[in-house]
Amino acid sequence: MATATARTANANVTAQTELERRMLRQMLLIRRFEEKAAEAYALGKIGGFCHLYIGQEAVAVGSLAVLRDDDYVISSYRDHGQALARGVPATAVMAELFGKATGCSKGKGGSMHLFDAGRRFLGGHGIVGGHIPLAAGIGFAIRYKGGDQVCMCYFGEAAVNIGAFHEALNMASVYKLPVIFCCENNRYGMGTAFERVAAVTDVVEHACSYDMAAEVVDGMDALAVYAATERAADRARNGGHPTLLEVRTYRYMGHSMSDPLHGVYRTKEEVEEQRKRDPISQLALKLKEAGALDDAALQALDAEARAETDEAARFAEESPDPEPDELTTHVLAD
Amino acid sequence: MATLTYRDALNQALREEMQRDPNVFLMGEEVGVYQGAYKVSRGLLEEFGPRRIVDTPIAELGFAGIGVGAAMAGLRPVIEFMTWNFAVLALDQIVNSAAKILYESGGQVPIPIVFRGPNGAALQLAAQHSQAWESWLSHIPGLKVVAPATPADAKGLLKSAIRDNNPVIVLEGEMLYNIKGEVPEGEHIVPIGQAEVKRPGHDVTFICHSKTVTVALKAAEQLAEREGASAEVLDLRSLRPLDEAAILESVARTNRAVVVEEGWPHCGIGAQVVDVIQRDAFDQLDAPVLRVTQADVPMPYNKQLERLAKPSPERVVAAARRVLYLD
Amino acid sequence: MATNVYMEALSPTMEEGRVAKWHKRDGDAVKAGETLAEVETDKAIMDLVARADGVLRQVAVAEGQTVPVGSVVAVIAAPGETIGAAGSAPPPAPALSGKGKGETGNVGVATAPAVATVSAVSGADPSRVKASPLARRMAKEAGVDLKLVTGSGPGGRVVRRDLQGAATVAASPPTFPVSRVPLPERPEGAYQDVPLTQIRKTIAKRLATSLGPIPHFFLTSEVDMERAAEAREALNKQLGDQGGGKVSFNDIIIKATALALSRHRACNAWFQEDHIRYWNEVHIGMAVAVEDGLITPVIRNADVKSLAEIGREAKELADKARSRRLQPSEYTGATFSVSNLGMFDIDQFTAVINPPEAGIIAVGSIVQKPVVLDGEVTARRRMRVTMSCDHRVIDGATGAAFLQTLKQMLENPLAMLL
Repeated sequence: MATATARTANANVTAQTELERRMLRQMLLIRRFEEKAAEAYALGKIGGFCHLYIGQEAVAVGSLAVLRDDDYVISSYRDHGQALARGVPATAVMAELFGKATGCSKGKGGSMHLFDAGRRFLGGHGIVGGHIPLAAGIGFAIRYKGGDQVCMCYFGEAAVNIGAFHEALNMASVYKLPVIFCCENNRYGMGTAFERVAAVTDVVEHACSYDMAAEVVDGMDALAVYAATERAADRARNGGHPTLLEVRTYRYMGHSMSDPLHGVYRTKEEVEEQRKRDPISQLALKLKEAGALDDAALQALDAEARAETDEAARFAEESPDPEPDELTTHVLAD
Repeated sequence: MATLTYRDALNQALREEMQRDPNVFLMGEEVGVYQGAYKVSRGLLEEFGPRRIVDTPIAELGFAGIGVGAAMAGLRPVIEFMTWNFAVLALDQIVNSAAKILYESGGQVPIPIVFRGPNGAALQLAAQHSQAWESWLSHIPGLKVVAPATPADAKGLLKSAIRDNNPVIVLEGEMLYNIKGEVPEGEHIVPIGQAEVKRPGHDVTFICHSKTVTVALKAAEQLAEREGASAEVLDLRSLRPLDEAAILESVARTNRAVVVEEGWPHCGIGAQVVDVIQRDAFDQLDAPVLRVTQADVPMPYNKQLERLAKPSPERVVAAARRVLYLD
Repeated sequence: MATNVYMEALSPTMEEGRVAKWHKRDGDAVKAGETLAEVETDKAIMDLVARADGVLRQVAVAEGQTVPVGSVVAVIAAPGETIGAAGSAPPPAPALSGKGKGETGNVGVATAPAVATVSAVSGADPSRVKASPLARRMAKEAGVDLKLVTGSGPGGRVVRRDLQGAATVAASPPTFPVSRVPLPERPEGAYQDVPLTQIRKTIAKRLATSLGPIPHFFLTSEVDMERAAEAREALNKQLGDQGGGKVSFNDIIIKATALALSRHRACNAWFQEDHIRYWNEVHIGMAVAVEDGLITPVIRNADVKSLAEIGREAKELADKARSRRLQPSEYTGATFSVSNLGMFDIDQFTAVINPPEAGIIAVGSIVQKPVVLDGEVTARRRMRVTMSCDHRVIDGATGAAFLQTLKQMLENPLAMLL
């Protein structure tokens, strides 16, 4: 018995370590991918708006590690990290940023509209808060069909001030919809600090208005995000109750590629201070302390991430533009 | 063939489609317990239960979005707006979500959804409750828009809309719910995108839809009595896609057209119809195409002023006289 | 990607080109370097060649049509390529500046382009006929000249009802009453419109800028009037016996001019900016001095009227002119003019052309002078005629040939009967 228990415990330790290593690997991929995207944007290979996820990797990676393949994910325009964490190939995401026919939305959506219906990744959406009711609708469909899936919905703290957030949370609670409303509070809506424009600065408190379960989560700790999401997912699968997670994180980049990193709205020192909480360093340190990772292994993981990113960029570069005929396809379904 | 009201024809279409496809559900304000603000959903809660007949809070943006999200996950929602005047709060979901997701996902995520409700002025409801929204909605690629004028078309077009794999806007005439007409029983489908000649004629074509079909038919009678001229009444039925072939075919025969609509003149449906005619029937025209629309003002409350603001048979006849060079 | 085919500058001075002939048609496959069309430049006929491989599409310029250098005349598309909507299509072709073939027409008295009566309508082209698109199409199909139809729509717009039964209008164009003098053979219709060739346009432009609005030149010929005088005396004796009016020298000159013009149509013409209207009918404007100026009443169809008729009409018109009773229809529409100052003892002068006519003759007085005839000096009645020519229409030799015929007719009046 004792042996068996020990073996199980050892197996659990191994599984947990494996999960953490996988999360670290995904966070590295997102970090390197976004750095490559910034480079490609500077070279004019990516156009339009491009919102990077650097600093927030633990949120997508920690939460999506909980989800099953038949669950749903929906996000805002800052969607690269969630798409990659959901398993959309880096090649297809990068090609989409490049506007290529091989992109995950065939080059017709771009950075803000990544879709992969097969992985139930139902989009990046560009109107702040506009996709929150969509998440409720996906939850409605799950409940309508009697399923036990969840819908994971990401949005920034600035979306909390918009009507769609409140209408959606109210109805999700009234209809008991299996939705996890994951607010990535990175403290700034573009260049406006949240406390300057929000009467209630703890997003989590809004859950009270809608009689909804809620938690505040350290968004720089992938494992904390994982644990909170696990609780929310259980709540959704067993009774279809929604949860509001306020995940406190930080964006190291400007709002988008055309916005400054710091300046009028936050100080360089603040950004530097936040960098000390880097979610990747934190998880790497934890794994090292547990003896599950050494420097060589970390460098190997990083090299893999860089290689995958380089391959994604090469693939995107070499992929063809959509055919001119694509202009008029997919306006209407058959 | 049974004689039904427009309201009951819509009710029949909803009932038949919900019986036919378990993924169809109806959601909106007062659709369930209250039996519908205009009683279109009468009896449906009793038959299908609260899972499929879903009452909502007054939150047009929210429940329109829930409809689109449900469609993304494989259902076929029918979203009822108490009136289209309130649906303007939900335009973000109709325009930015429903109409665009198929395209921006590169064809991966179709949105089979119906947004329906009463449209156009009723009686003395004043400015905010007396508006015709078809030109707003017809402007958007990715949407289909229908505006039935008769009970038979209401049933046939709503059934087509529910079966369509795209977002379809169904504009019901607020003043039409009580009109009666013969409706074929059972499987009666009117394809989206087909206009219909409601009255044949050869001197001038009245191009109209929804409530203005009634106006145009009356005008055609008056024109025949007073001037001995024969007007053809062409009911567009669908506004997007527009049945350009039917318009051109009729104008080729009559050489003159008057477009009648409940909306305002500026950038209206009539402007689009006139564009089609001048572009592709230029050599068939014997007179400029004229339009009869709602007056270019917010709708007044006063009964006499309201009457002046609306398209009337008299105004259509006056326009017809001008294109027939009778003045 | 589709390649635009431009009207290219095929000569150093070329500003516009006229497509003389398309070698390829819409839908034909073309190879780079192949001749697409022959283009008439200001100097010569040149080939317009394809700059790409593909299929010729959207041919926007008809044969005979002139467009500025740089205009898109067609598109070379890839096979099967859909060429975009209005946005990417070549700009709409300018309105046809002239048909490839001559255009025939009829002009009624009331609607003849009236130089003297053009009213100042700002902006709108007063000669444009307002008609509904349907009426235009019906008129074209029925061969009806819309100018002849009175429009009953707003602002005189010709509409469908105005054309119902239009076939009869077309079948009986209004004609001027003419006497039963045998008609010389002449082509159908009142005139033929012939588009200006590039070389003619260049001449027109250059001469106009160097010499003024109408580039005049002058030809003078001295005519022996002995036999004309004899014939006049005989005629007047006969007419006098019949109690009719007399025939003047001027009447004889008008008749001879009209007959000579009927044989030299190149001089019986109007300059119409982008085309020249060569008249089949001959209407002679007759300059008449009035109290405060000059007016030119018109003897219509003077080539087919008898001298007596011309004499009677000329007298009537001159009387009306002096008493200011001329109707616009009586002083407009001349195809050529005669100005006679012989009665003022003017030996020779030059007259100014009355546009859009291309020529006028100035007739001096008949004077007896010594001339050498058959080697002997004898006294003869002589008259000097000076022709002013619009060089945009009439070249030197053309005018000279006409003047020669006129001289022959006057010197041998019997020739007029031929």
